[in-house]
This record gives sequence, structure tokens and C-alpha cells, in this order.
Amino acid sequence: MSVSRRTFLKTGAAAACAACAAQVPLPVSAQPKNNRELATLIDIRKCIGCEACVEACRDANAPKYPEPEKPFPRMYPARVKAEDWSEPERQAVRDRLTPYNWLFIQEATVRIDGEETTLTIPRRCMHCQNPPCADLCPWGAARKLKNGITRIDADVCLGGNKCQDVCPWAIPQRQTGVGLYLDLMPAFAGNGVMYKCDRCYDRIAAGELPACIEECPENVQTIGPREEIVREAHRRAAEEGLFIYGENENGGTNTLYLSPVPFDELNQAIAAGKGKPHLAAVEDQMAHGDRLAKAMLIAPIAGLAAAVARIYKVVKNSAGEGEERS
Amino acid sequence: MSRSIAIVTDFERRFIKPAYLLLLFMMGLTGFSQMPIFKRYYIADIPGLGWLAEYYVTHVIHYLGAIALLFLMAYCSTVYLALLRRKYRLTLWAHVRVILLAGIVATGVLRVLKNLPDVLFSPGFTMTIDIAHLAFMMLFIAAAIGAALTKGGWLKEI
Ligand code: SF4
Ligand code: SF4
Ligand code: SF4
Repeated sequence: MSVSRRTFLKTGAAAACAACAAQVPLPVSAQPKNNRELATLIDIRKCIGCEACVEACRDANAPKYPEPEKPFPRMYPARVKAEDWSEPERQAVRDRLTPYNWLFIQEATVRIDGEETTLTIPRRCMHCQNPPCADLCPWGAARKLKNGITRIDADVCLGGNKCQDVCPWAIPQRQTGVGLYLDLMPAFAGNGVMYKCDRCYDRIAAGELPACIEECPENVQTIGPREEIVREAHRRAAEEGLFIYGENENGGTNTLYLSPVPFDELNQAIAAGKGKPHLAAVEDQMAHGDRLAKAMLIAPIAGLAAAVARIYKVVKNSAGEGEERS
Repeated sequence: MSRSIAIVTDFERRFIKPAYLLLLFMMGLTGFSQMPIFKRYYIADIPGLGWLAEYYVTHVIHYLGAIALLFLMAYCSTVYLALLRRKYRLTLWAHVRVILLAGIVATGVLRVLKNLPDVLFSPGFTMTIDIAHLAFMMLFIAAAIGAALTKGGWLKEI
């Protein structure tokens, strides 16, 4: 028997009720204090898959959506393909990430206490603490903000897709025919603009909650300073035997998921693919950068030491010869 | 005989220039490969060059090259300032290239700092660094070509 998320909650033990009580968004406003990073906690058990968050995201962020110019400029060489999500039927797509859909609901049917249960999981950008999309963007179009948001500036992005290529979840999605590349050399460089969840940075700046959090009837998401969110995730995980995803993924993200089943099991049960991120464990993709940066600090000192040793030899030799001559 | 003490050793004569040229070539290559162009223009399709489209691979090589370059620069400038300055002077082209290399290094170091987990620069500053790094590199290439055409060299005897 397939049990919906709601039934699962209703039939769940008192623990579920206790969990509900803890669901009220943290009393802190969405405004970070001292520029600390904000994180979100997504309790998968509570999500009923109603997609109110998806609609809220689409409404709140519609003004940011691409309005491409058509026909697209020809691009060379021929292997460069336009990516177009702007036709009405493609704009309507809700079952994956697109430039017009920054949040979607992923489904996983798993067995919980011997019962087949379908879990629904809101998926979007994880807002990594050290985001490769921003670190490796050659233009600085993708960037991390002090409050832990990673966003892509649509006025600067050239649509080279690098952020998607380096993102462990391949989150950003491209729309051709918009952005700065049109004013440069559209035939030879660039291919539009990359879009993804910007965690409603404008609403947060105005002291409001992200639209998806505000509109969720089940209070699935909680937002607050990262330390508080991590503490709360661990508290619930310990008390209710839950599993955490996102705390250490890719070196740490600002999106923590709580699940009643292990994430490798969930990962097996979801349909991952283009625009549908996985839930697998992820190593810190920028760890090499941190290690090599330290070596970079030592390199000039080592060069200096080698030079001093070499100069010392010359000075000693010349002093020796001087003595010989005298 | 003290005047004839090998001020530039054989080892230096033989290795520094090739190492410097190889390093700069690799830095240029892996630097440009940070832009999504090598795949688009089929260069990464050439057998053996597929790695040019692997952003993490080229990023690691660029960092390793920076380490080697910083070592070499520290070595050469110290040896020059402490020893060679008595006998040689930097040419005009050398001055131009030193300034441009300093610009490349300074902006590169800032970019490396920015990529550390706890370091945040403003978006405007990050973009300035990115574009300045590229601009210094382009000017450096122009200066290197200029120096090669005019046989500018680095040092001239006093
Ligand atoms: S999940 Fe991907 S797109 Fe989002 S911040 Fe991390 S690297 Fe960037
Ligand atoms: S935080 Fe904002 S942009 Fe991100 S998924 Fe929620 S509503 Fe959409
Ligand atoms: S609005 Fe809440 S309950 Fe509905 S799908 Fe989104 S997260 Fe789940």
C-alpha cells in the first residue's frame, strides 16, 4: 500500500507531533545577525508534495525570469546548441529545474517500518558554503553573498554553463537569447544566462521570508543562522532517529535535509538526471584549492631560501678566493 | 679571479629560461581554459587535450603552476637584487614585464584568497579582479611578443 506523506504523519508516533511543534520557523527573522550565514532546514517527513512552494517561487521570481529575444543569433561552431525553455509549454514544466522553475518536488518511494511510503522532497540550489559555481565562474557573475546565498547575476552571466558543469548537483539551468553576450559577440562567445534559486535574496534583504518557505502549508522549511539550523537538525535527528543531508556535503551547504530513511536509500529511489539533482554523498569539490593555497604561501619563502643558499655559496667562494689571493 | 666567479651558474643558464617559458605557457593555457572555449572550439577534441575541458583538472594545474611560478619569481628576484644587480641592469622590456607579472600575481593571489571558504569579496571587487587578471595577462603576452621581436631580453651588462 502506498501511503502519502500526510497519512504517514497522521499514523506516525507522537514523535511526529513533537516534530510538528518544532516546525514553527525559528523566532529569528530571516535577517542574519552580524552577516552570519543563513541556512534552511527541510524536514522531508512533513512535505505533502502540494507544490505550493513551487507556485510561490514562480510567482515571486517571475520578474527575474528570462525574456529572450527571438530568433536567437546564430552561434558558431555548429555544435553550440541553443537551449530554449521560453515557449509556454516548456515554461510550464514543473518536474525538474529549468530557467523558469527553480524549485521542484522530487518523489521517492521507500519502505518505512515495512510500509511502502512515498516521500516528496523540495529540490533547488543547496547554497554551498564554498560554492564551486561562484569560485570557478570566470566573470564573477556567480557569487556568494555574506548571508550564505549564492546567486548568479543575470546582467553579467554569459551562459557558458561552467557553473552547471562544476556544480556537484548540476543545478544552474541555461536560457539562450538573453543577457550580456548579445551585446558582445553572440555568434562566437556565450550562450545566454544561467538561472537558479537565489533564495529570494531580495525578499531576505527586505526582511521577508523566501516565498517557498512563507507559502508552505506544512512548515516544511525553517530558516535561521546556520549554527542554529545545524543544532536543530542534530537535535531532531538524535531524538527521532533521522538522517541529515547537506551539513557536510561539498564541504558544507546552507540547505540541510532531514529524512526518516538513509539518504543513499533515498538517492536510489529518486529519478535523478538532467535538471533532477541526486542525493548522493559529495566530497568537498574545492578542497584542492584550500590545500594548494597554503602551498602557495610557502612557495615564495622556499624560493627566497633557495636564493639565499645560492648567494651564500657565491659570497663564501669569493671570500675564499679573496683570502687565497691576499 | 673573483670577478669571474660564475654570477649566473650553468644550472641557472640551462634551466631557468625553459622552466619560465614552460610555466607561463601552461599558466596561459590553463588560465584560458577557465573560460568555456576549448570544448566549443574543438580543441579539447584533439586526442590528448581532453583535459583542457575538465575545469577541476585545469584549476589544479593552474594552482600548481602558480606555486612553481611564485618559487621561481622569489628565487630570481632575490638572486638579481643580491648578486646580479652589481653587474647587470634590467632592460626596459624587463621592467614592463616585471610590472605586468606583478599585476598578474597580485590579482591571482586575490582570486585564490577569494576561493577560500571563509573569504568573501564584494561582487564588484571580484569582477574587477577577474577582468584585471585577464587584462594583465593579455598585456603581458603583448609585451612578451614585443620583447621577442626587438630582442629585448631581460638583463644587460652594465
Ligand atoms: S548547489 Fe551548485 S549552484 Fe548551488 S551553490 Fe552549490 S555549486 Fe552553486
Ligand atoms: S528560496 Fe526563493 S528562489 Fe529559492 S526556491 Fe524558494 S522561492 Fe524559489
Ligand atoms: S509547499 Fe511545503 S508541503 Fe507543499 S510541496 Fe512545498 S515543501 Fe512540500
